[in-house]
Amino acid sequence: MTNHWIDIKNADVVFIMGSNAAENHPISFKWVLKAKDAGATVIHVDPKFSRTSARSDLHVPIRSGTDIPFLGGMVKYILDKELYQKEYVLQYTNAAFIVGGGYDFKDGLFSGYNPEKKAYDQKKWAFALDEKGMPKRDMTLKDPRCVFQLLKKHYDRYTLDKVSDITGVSKDDLLKVYQIYSATGAPDKSATILYALGWTQHTVGVQNIRLSTIAQLLLGNIGVAGGGINALRGEPNVQGSTDHCILWHIMPGYLPVPTADWQTLEGYQKANTPKTSDPKSANWWGNRPKYMVSLLKGWTGDAGTKENGFGYNWLPKVDPGVNYASIFLVDRMYKGEIKGGFIYAHNPAQSMPHSHKVRKGLDKLDWLVVGEIHHTETSDFWRRPGVNPKDIKTEVFLLPACQRGEKDGTISNSGRWHMWHHKGIEPMGESKSMGWMVVEIFKRVRDLYQKEKGIFPEPIVNMAWPDAYDPDLQAKKINGWFTRDVTIKDKTYKKGDQVPSFVFLQDDGSTVSLNWLYCGCYGPAGNLSLRRDLKQTPMQAKIGLFPNFSWAWPVNRRVLYNRASVDPNGKPYAPNKAVIAWEDGKWVGDVPDGGWPPMATPEGKYPFIMQKEGHGQLYGPGRVDGPFPEHYEPAETPVASHPFSKQLNNPCMRMPVSDLDVLAKPADPRFPIVLTTYGLTEHWCGGADTRNTAPLLEAEPQLYIELSHELAREKGLKNGDPVVVESLRGKVEAIAMVTVRLTPFKVQGKTIHLAGMPFCFGWTTPGTGDATNRLMSSVADPNVTIPEYKACLVNIRKADKVTELTL
Amino acid sequence: MPMTFFIDTTRCTACRGCQVACKEWQGFGANETRQRGTHQNPPDLNPLNYKLVRFAEYKEKGRVVWYFLPDQCRHCEAPPCKEAADSYVEGAIIRDNATGAVIFTEKTKQLTPKQMKDVITNCPYNIPRLNKVSGMLVKCDMCNDRIKHNMLPMCVKTCCTGAMNFGERSKMLDLANQRLVELKKKCPNAQLQDPEDVNVIYLLTDDPKKYYQTVNG
Repeated sequence: MTNHWIDIKNADVVFIMGSNAAENHPISFKWVLKAKDAGATVIHVDPKFSRTSARSDLHVPIRSGTDIPFLGGMVKYILDKELYQKEYVLQYTNAAFIVGGGYDFKDGLFSGYNPEKKAYDQKKWAFALDEKGMPKRDMTLKDPRCVFQLLKKHYDRYTLDKVSDITGVSKDDLLKVYQIYSATGAPDKSATILYALGWTQHTVGVQNIRLSTIAQLLLGNIGVAGGGINALRGEPNVQGSTDHCILWHIMPGYLPVPTADWQTLEGYQKANTPKTSDPKSANWWGNRPKYMVSLLKGWTGDAGTKENGFGYNWLPKVDPGVNYASIFLVDRMYKGEIKGGFIYAHNPAQSMPHSHKVRKGLDKLDWLVVGEIHHTETSDFWRRPGVNPKDIKTEVFLLPACQRGEKDGTISNSGRWHMWHHKGIEPMGESKSMGWMVVEIFKRVRDLYQKEKGIFPEPIVNMAWPDAYDPDLQAKKINGWFTRDVTIKDKTYKKGDQVPSFVFLQDDGSTVSLNWLYCGCYGPAGNLSLRRDLKQTPMQAKIGLFPNFSWAWPVNRRVLYNRASVDPNGKPYAPNKAVIAWEDGKWVGDVPDGGWPPMATPEGKYPFIMQKEGHGQLYGPGRVDGPFPEHYEPAETPVASHPFSKQLNNPCMRMPVSDLDVLAKPADPRFPIVLTTYGLTEHWCGGADTRNTAPLLEAEPQLYIELSHELAREKGLKNGDPVVVESLRGKVEAIAMVTVRLTPFKVQGKTIHLAGMPFCFGWTTPGTGDATNRLMSSVADPNVTIPEYKACLVNIRKADKVTELTL
Repeated sequence: MPMTFFIDTTRCTACRGCQVACKEWQGFGANETRQRGTHQNPPDLNPLNYKLVRFAEYKEKGRVVWYFLPDQCRHCEAPPCKEAADSYVEGAIIRDNATGAVIFTEKTKQLTPKQMKDVITNCPYNIPRLNKVSGMLVKCDMCNDRIKHNMLPMCVKTCCTGAMNFGERSKMLDLANQRLVELKKKCPNAQLQDPEDVNVIYLLTDDPKKYYQTVNG
């Protein structure tokens, strides 16, 4: 989230799309309803009428996978009616930047496409630069090559007729949403966007978010109270795990993972440190070398020296251009290229797409270690239905893990709050925290390397490793400390002192910090994640900022990019819900995004400090599938064409190549129904935890498929009938839930049915059903390789007999 | 002064936190349930569920409406169940004068099957259930043990949206009336259910029968 949970209450419009907030993030609705109490309009755009829709003012059903046409039409509406916030767009976004001659867009493809590699040469999309190397600008926004004009041209094609025809949303409903949402272009109004996996889990996932952000930038809704682009992230600490590098392509604090192209620390720093000659651009990533060295120093301790690149040389390097994301990992497993591994708190045999392939992939391993609370479809894959355990060679080690309530530690919520939680009870039986498991396993591996040496022992034996797992020590080190006495700006810090904030981190080995973004959470004042103080100033109280409750990254800032909430002179655009204000020569309110004086003053800086040029990116040349989002159908689509171009699917989408990786053809008559999948309140993700919690299983006991009365009639189904759902990849049994909450769509003059299923039921809880994900494909977005869980093609028939469900 | 629940169904997201928290506090096990084509599960109130969120869906003029009703004992001012039981077994059903909680006691075991049926049918809201294992009539006890220790009833404690409210009757009536006035602006059918007679007051926005057939007595 750019903002935080409480801040939702400050919105004039709560726009929920790609999310079932009430069901999957129940607490969000505490704040959504408070916004509603204060007069906000709540809009929910989603294929299904859910518990979120029930509490919204307006629910608009949309065919899954057509968010870009819906939002493209919105951008066109905002531009056509000139509803954008003019000063904000001109001053704070890259609307005025001139795009270089290499950029072009024709019939669904941007310039620079290589069909063999299914990839673009992104250099073609660069800005036109002046003699100082700064993007050229036209502050009149009239130049046909300026971002504003190119944006206009791009979305001019997204007419109401075309959008309605492909999304299945009536023109009337489109206009209703466009009008309500766009009214927040008034400087003192704001709309918050709440999204989740309904936007991300598509082959155009990243571009869905990009386009909504473009709309928010046009309306001046980023950086303001009740605004922002807010990814609702779940209780499984999704925010914390991305911050601290659970993904393969980044290290803690969003530092890129080293590739074989960058053999030395110097090479890494050069490639990853953007430079600008614009004195008004803070270009915050210019500080990356300090963050990288502090991280390395944290990992290698005394062994890390300037001479050995602080241990950079010992880090594994990935091959450039090779994708190591989970679906490709599974692919390598399936092809026998991986011998063994560790899986902690993750149930890929259930929750990853194309479960049959995942399960067969696990069969190929020699060994597998699983850290888990319960037996799951992953820990027990070797005894799954239809498999003889004797035929599986894999040796599985199941390490019993304790639950969150049985250990101390921190959790990062969606609003970037870093909060301590205390152990409530002692762990049950011999269960241990996963931190303990990692620390102890590593120590024993290190002992072996010390005794037996090996080919390349340095990365292991040189690691600065704790003697025992201690969450407090870990939190301290995430913040970081000084490794020697240092004087910075007349103040001396002693060796071992905690670093006050990331501004003090150094690239010479004098500081350690396991995550620069969290630097400040455990400074000289102690562990701020423990704070529960409700004190705030009257200005802060107006927007519920609560700066003394827990701690938020970065530097306790609660609203990111908050300097865009004030005009260039530091005056809040919305005085009644100001986030910051420049008063008597200083900023008041939230921690400003950089302490410089207002932008209009000589020392002032642009507000979007994480961008090299300091501006919000209407035009985003950094995304691999295009600088502007463009509509492409899901990889499996019920239509054979769409009205925007001949390019049916995302030309860059990613899918492993194997005998199992197959897709139904467009408008495949064998699979005429769109299937979307989702979570629900009563079960948590893949359901391993909650299926083992009796009162929750009582409330949601078995796998179902929600479908419309119209589809049920077509298929001769009654409510409660057992059915078989079938895709090109597998079959799943479910109970038909026939409901008015799903509705057929009118698309290109034809009726298209959409059905929905949860993915939380698995065979280790007998009679409840088995993985819905057996139906899904492992096709993914090209930017982050998130799989397309939200749309595939299936057929449905009444089941003659069932084996997966107890009737 | 009796204590009262105010249940604002316009704030309910049917997360069923109340349904689950209730049985967790009571220490009840789970029923073995089946998916029957609805989210409402278990299908009805039962000895292991004193609180149940009921779901009802309609399509009207092309728009879907979905009503949620966190159903429970109303703790009536003059409980008809108690009236019936009193004539058979004194003390089988009592009313705690300090809190207004209507409590089914061990003595309900002494009621004959026919007398039990009388008690059950006398309830206008279809709440009492027979626990065949203990032989008692059972239902929500207002978490009388909790409120005597200044704690909120478990269903109220767990509610994150403000749908479940609990406090002194006069305060809850004020809150209910205030919310009613507010809602009437958008929903002309908004209404409080039997506020004079019960201590669990529901705020609905449509014909009560569309929520559940016995939502009003």
